Amino acid sequence: MQIARETLLRSYRAMRTIRDFEERLHVEFATGEIPGFVHLYCGEEASGVGVCANLTDQDTIASTHRGHGHCIAKGVEVAGMMAEIYGRRTGVCQGKGGSMHIADLSRGMLGANGIVGGGPPLICGAALSHKTLKNGAVAVAFYGDGASNEGSTLESLNLATVWRLPAVFVLEDNGYGEATGASYACAGSQKARAEGFGMPYLECDGTDFFAVHQAAGEAIAHARAGNGPAMLHVRLARWYGHFEGDAMTYRASGEVAAARADHDCLTIFRTRVTQAGLLDGTELDDIDSAVRDEIESAVIAAKQAPLPEAADLLADVYVRY
Amino acid sequence: MSKKSFRQAINEALRQEMRRDPRVIVMGEDVAGGHGGTSGTVDAWGGVLGVTKGLLTEFGEDRVLDTPITEASYIGAAAGAAATGLRPVAELMFVDFVGCCLDQIMNQAAKFRYMFGGKARTPLVIRAMFGAGFNAAAQHSQALYPLFTHIPGLKVVVPSSPYEAKGLLIEAIRDDDPVIFLEHKVMYDDEEEVPDEAYTIPFGEANLTREGDDLTIVAFGRMVKLANEAADRLERQGISCTVIDPRTTSPLDTDTILDCVADTGRLVIVDESSPRCNMAADVSALVAEYAFDALKAPIRRVMPPHTPVPFASVLENLYLPSVEKIEAAVKAAMGHRVPEIA
Repeated sequence: MQIARETLLRSYRAMRTIRDFEERLHVEFATGEIPGFVHLYCGEEASGVGVCANLTDQDTIASTHRGHGHCIAKGVEVAGMMAEIYGRRTGVCQGKGGSMHIADLSRGMLGANGIVGGGPPLICGAALSHKTLKNGAVAVAFYGDGASNEGSTLESLNLATVWRLPAVFVLEDNGYGEATGASYACAGSQKARAEGFGMPYLECDGTDFFAVHQAAGEAIAHARAGNGPAMLHVRLARWYGHFEGDAMTYRASGEVAAARADHDCLTIFRTRVTQAGLLDGTELDDIDSAVRDEIESAVIAAKQAPLPEAADLLADVYVRY
Repeated sequence: MSKKSFRQAINEALRQEMRRDPRVIVMGEDVAGGHGGTSGTVDAWGGVLGVTKGLLTEFGEDRVLDTPITEASYIGAAAGAAATGLRPVAELMFVDFVGCCLDQIMNQAAKFRYMFGGKARTPLVIRAMFGAGFNAAAQHSQALYPLFTHIPGLKVVVPSSPYEAKGLLIEAIRDDDPVIFLEHKVMYDDEEEVPDEAYTIPFGEANLTREGDDLTIVAFGRMVKLANEAADRLERQGISCTVIDPRTTSPLDTDTILDCVADTGRLVIVDESSPRCNMAADVSALVAEYAFDALKAPIRRVMPPHTPVPFASVLENLYLPSVEKIEAAVKAAMGHRVPEIA
């Protein structure tokens, strides 16, 4: 499938933005200035971006605790995200959500989620809204190999099929649920699980934007056409630990280095588009430079932004109480 | 205006709100009559409560949805649908089943608005039946409203009669926050005059079912009925009671409770939920902190013991608050010497 030039440029920019955003957080977190927990999406950029390149603002996604990449891929504003992670009043959630709860409903982003397996049931509901309101939109649940074993996820695969919902379940399989290997924790096969629920199963290399874009496009088209849900199994590697500060003693030495050297989605993308003459290397360089500036100013702005005020503590628990 | 049962009052509230607003949908186990059965009968059953009977026929399968017995996915779906444009009313059947889906209520629906910086609206209603008195035993009889009351972001409604149920349910459906609406299972056949037209009863405004000078009784849900019966008996013995039905445990009408205690100086709380950290404890703390000087006697609480709900009638009757126990507690608070009722 031919991908429009604008889509390629936008997707590269989103992947580069995620990479720089996360690498910068890795550095900043080590200084102790960022409160709470941070889970980085480095290495997985092509998945979120390849999927979301098939979506519009009307479509809904639900994310995971490793949600920064999905937020950026769905168009959530970077400066607001950075401010949120720094716990500032100018953050997208006014400093009351933090890294694990970034959401922007105006962008169809139903939230990162601190609960493993929290998103798939919500996505059944978003898909039900789209189906009932007949707006042609779809809903996509990102979930990890760890969440793939949660009862809430398995129930959602069933419910989405029973209700024939326009839902896509994107399983981002980075091989680890926290520190425990998917090879240990996931019984049977994900393909057999999808087939068991009677839904199409697609699989792709999550470090190849084009493979993700193609497979996600098929899954999303299937759901959008009213044929019910589909599962997309994306295989990828996590470049950092479960959370920042995780020493990753459970991983073989060299595992991450090999992923960085041989399976960097940005390098793969650049090689592919320049060799095929789809984009010019200087265009990509320009994006790299613009993103560097954007992240730099987001960090500077976040550090200088006002903190929440005492009155914010009590605000927005309810619409009315 | 005509006599309607608690069940009919709820059905009418659902029907009228579904007619008014196409975004209102109903989902739950068997609520559309049970799909996939061999009888081929449409709307064969109105769910195990009989409350949703007839809704499928009028509103169709897009708005009245049978669910698999998978509480986490469909309660979560109701939350997700509420955040994206619908106004779902999900029936959890027995509130005890919240054990299968608490995450979706406690960590998702209740917290969206706050943790998303005030940008989410989650107009979700979860209906469930609760309470003992049906020999339904430990997993089908609990009065779990304190559990939900504890969670910021949720509103909790415990209607005490058919009239109350209709007005409060319509209010719940029109409310933009997640609402837990708990129906006492012993009350479904209770009848009283209920207006035919739609009406609302605001949350957080207690109802004084009677006013008296000697003592204030605060009671929740079905306990309001028992408290009124006890107050009738006490009236004949020269003790005049105010009975407060808070209607909602969250928000709680603390002003009315404090005002009445200030007037009467004595307080009995009747709460069917387990005694630790329940509404009786909550109201006691409120009064102890803000109306201590008005108290002429210690606060008395009429509550079950700290046990699961037992099955056998003889034990279940011992477990539950009763008119006699309320009467005894009031007399004790009045300084009468009364034998203890187990």
